[in-house]
Amino acid sequence: MATSTALPKEVRAKYEPVIGLEVHVQLLTASKIFCGCANRFGDPPNTNVCPVCLGLPGALPVLNRQAVEFAVLASKALGCRINETSIFARKNYFYPDLPKGYQISQYDKPLAEFGHIELHGTNAGKGAGTTKRNIGITRVHLEEDAGKSIHDGFADSASSTYLDLNRCGTPLIEIVSEPDMRSPDEAYEYLTKLKEIILFTGVSDCNMEEGSLRCDANVSVRPVGQKEFGTKAEVKNVNSFRFIREALEYEIERQIELIESGDKVVQETRLYNANEGKTYGMRSKERAHDYRYFPEPDLLPLVVDAAWQKQIEATMPELPDARRQRFVRDFGITAYDAEVLTASKSFADQFEEAAKAAKNPKRVANLVQSELQGRLKAKGLTIEQSPISMKGVAFSADLVESGAISSKMLKELYDLSFERNKDFPLIYEQEGSPKQSTDTGALERIIDELIAANPKQVEQYKAGKKTIVGFFVGQVMKASKGQANPSVVNELLTKKLES
Amino acid sequence: MDLSALTVESTRTAVAERVLNPVALAEEFYKKIEADDPQIGAYLTLCKDRAMKKAAAVQAAADKGDALPPLAGVPVAIKDVMTIAGVQATAGSKILKGWIAPYTATVVQRLEDAGAIVLGKTNCDEFAMGSSNENSGYFPVHNPRDLSRVPGGSSGGSAAAVAANLCVAALGSDTGGSIRQPAAFCGVVGLLPTYGRVSRYGLIAFASSLDHIGPITKTVKDAAILLRYIAGRDKCDSTSADVPVTDYEAEIGKPAKGLRLGVPKEYFGEGLDTEVSTAVETAIQKLAQAGCEIVPISLPHTEYAVPTYYIIATAEASANLARFDGVRYGHRSSSAHTLSEMYRRSRDEGFGAEVKRRIMLGTYALSAGYYDAYYRKAQQVRTLLTRDFENAFQQVDAIVTPTTPTPAFKLGEKVDDPVSMYLADIYTVTADLVGVPGISVPCGISKEGLPIGLQILGGHFDEATVLRIAHVYEHETGTGR
Repeated sequence: MATSTALPKEVRAKYEPVIGLEVHVQLLTASKIFCGCANRFGDPPNTNVCPVCLGLPGALPVLNRQAVEFAVLASKALGCRINETSIFARKNYFYPDLPKGYQISQYDKPLAEFGHIELHGTNAGKGAGTTKRNIGITRVHLEEDAGKSIHDGFADSASSTYLDLNRCGTPLIEIVSEPDMRSPDEAYEYLTKLKEIILFTGVSDCNMEEGSLRCDANVSVRPVGQKEFGTKAEVKNVNSFRFIREALEYEIERQIELIESGDKVVQETRLYNANEGKTYGMRSKERAHDYRYFPEPDLLPLVVDAAWQKQIEATMPELPDARRQRFVRDFGITAYDAEVLTASKSFADQFEEAAKAAKNPKRVANLVQSELQGRLKAKGLTIEQSPISMKGVAFSADLVESGAISSKMLKELYDLSFERNKDFPLIYEQEGSPKQSTDTGALERIIDELIAANPKQVEQYKAGKKTIVGFFVGQVMKASKGQANPSVVNELLTKKLES
Repeated sequence: MDLSALTVESTRTAVAERVLNPVALAEEFYKKIEADDPQIGAYLTLCKDRAMKKAAAVQAAADKGDALPPLAGVPVAIKDVMTIAGVQATAGSKILKGWIAPYTATVVQRLEDAGAIVLGKTNCDEFAMGSSNENSGYFPVHNPRDLSRVPGGSSGGSAAAVAANLCVAALGSDTGGSIRQPAAFCGVVGLLPTYGRVSRYGLIAFASSLDHIGPITKTVKDAAILLRYIAGRDKCDSTSADVPVTDYEAEIGKPAKGLRLGVPKEYFGEGLDTEVSTAVETAIQKLAQAGCEIVPISLPHTEYAVPTYYIIATAEASANLARFDGVRYGHRSSSAHTLSEMYRRSRDEGFGAEVKRRIMLGTYALSAGYYDAYYRKAQQVRTLLTRDFENAFQQVDAIVTPTTPTPAFKLGEKVDDPVSMYLADIYTVTADLVGVPGISVPCGISKEGLPIGLQILGGHFDEATVLRIAHVYEHETGTGR
């Protein structure tokens, strides 16, 4: 933790933090929310603009149907109830990157309400999951993004600010949670889950670096047992989940220290400085806002009737929690591995496709678990960075399944894959598509020699110590440089020893 | 050429029959504008090069023997609150001085697609806020019927241009009476279409839920013709209605016999000039003679219309005018050193007094702690006013009233008394709040020689009935051409 305060544990334990989060998620629609401009990150400044998103005099907004459908899909995935009629409102404030002087948002009639995200306590480490808790989602509403003010990078940046209005009109959903979280860890897990759910729906890439997912946190503390909330502070300008956890940690301790020393927490907006791990209050001038919301007269009420909702819901993919349960059921893997295999939708799709194409899906899952995970961990890679693709795993699983290679050979080929950073099928080919030997003539010779050379062990076997066969198998494999098919070896050995 | 004799109807026929050369016609109009407009001040911007090119294209098509579009060669003027790509659009405000619009308003596009020739952009009260045109950021407009008097507002330039034969017809915009009131003051026809009937795309917004675009013409038939070409659903305006456009020209030929006309007692009370009252009552008698049934009615919430209007209109305006911040276009103060100074000084220098007054009123009405008492209450009253009209239209087909309480007043007479200026819209604001169509037709001349207007209001999307009654009245009195 970057927090520098050293609050005694017993003091910290006297207080309960109360946390609510506001998350903004950009929607991956082809065009912007109120005009036909391309909704694309990274284009040259001020190229994806038109009279509507520039807020030119006389221009009018027209709602993008896909934005509505994406927002509804996300809302449903978050367990929300869709309001059949929702109302757009103008949120008025002056800022150079807000060309109309107001943001079209939703206020007292949002698109969706009453959702929740289920936390499993997974953030407490492996083996967690016993402390299921629902974090309420107050509302999800649709709005437009503002442009970007560029304060540095130009020769005259000391005296001038530049504007890139490409982002103006990018569709956003704002997801507001109930003040239901009680620790920074819970906030972290909530965000992780939220991101995962949104990613699964495919409506956003939730890329925090590019700003397609942004989060503000409301946090207060109260003495344990007290019902009323304490005075909250809003923490902004936090650009990773880790920083949010740190900022909350810092803010909670700051507020406890204030109360402990007899001061009061002031309701304010505070900015997080990630370098220092501290939050700072904004100057009062910047926080005195009366947004003067009123219904947007340029847009009709948004009506998403039952039929349309049904149509949208039909496109809902299987969500992560449901998929995990199915993986556990179908492939006989642990809950933990199911979690890893569903790290992203695309990865889970790859896995599932490969597993289903393989002769024995369970073996694919087992290989991921037994052979892939350890090697990835050792190299510090995520499963998405694995040199062996899911198709590669499935290919290898089939080779083992058919008896073409032994598991020892597979391990060696996996090692080579990781060494050379090449997928399994390629390595297999490069290694000359080795096959474990089933040449019984050669094997028989080896076995005969071994039996002749180890009379003691033969005697033990004949005396009833059948497990000694393992010794012979090992010796045969060694002698055949691992190329022998263990089941063939077993068969031959038993035959010879019994005779 | 006697330009005063030209109507949309006669001009398009003459052009279609190759009797009139559109290039020569446009030249004639520019000559007249050059000669007469210095006294009137109807135009802010002329787009002569553009107009002459368009006229030449029409002429070329005519010479080739092509079939011409329905408004081919008809010279029109556009209130300077609508955009035309490549032409300055100021909304009568200094804050937009020099701003060249990069796109064209739907209404202008539709008129031009129909072959009309836009001569220029007409003067108006700044951001359409005013009832006398004295709030223009550039210069006032003088009433062509009496140059010492105002032409009304805010579409005073358009009404004056039509009345002074500086164009054949014009487009205006009406938020609280800004088409009908100047039409009445200048003795021409002004039509307010139903809200949603005509696209607002490209109309520089004053109050979005109240803004309407409509024609100002010499005759009712001309208004019917223009409405047909500007009306209809526009995918660029979400509030434009998907209601089929009627052939209004055909509709107005029908007799008015048997139509029930409501006369609301609230529109004939205190403050109504006796000459106006007499003229309107005489007009109603004429309509009765034409076979209309006259029904006394009540619109009980009428007295709340002006205050309701000034809350909703200013609230919406306070947001609509926030974009004029000096950041990307329009006036930016050269003396500002910080961002907030730039905002304040640019807006202080760019906006006129009335616009500032309304921005402040509207900002106040929407402020935390006041919203419920003002904005929300006003919306509730708006609903009551709508119900008044719904009830009335259960009994009658249309409502007839005076357009204005008095004929045109003198320049300077009301500039220091905003409330008395606001009351000039007392009979017109309700139709905007309710969204129903209305028309003002000339119904007499005062002793001082000033025109008086008769207002006819109809049910939602029933422009046909409004136009039909106005047309019948025009014929009964011989005021049409």
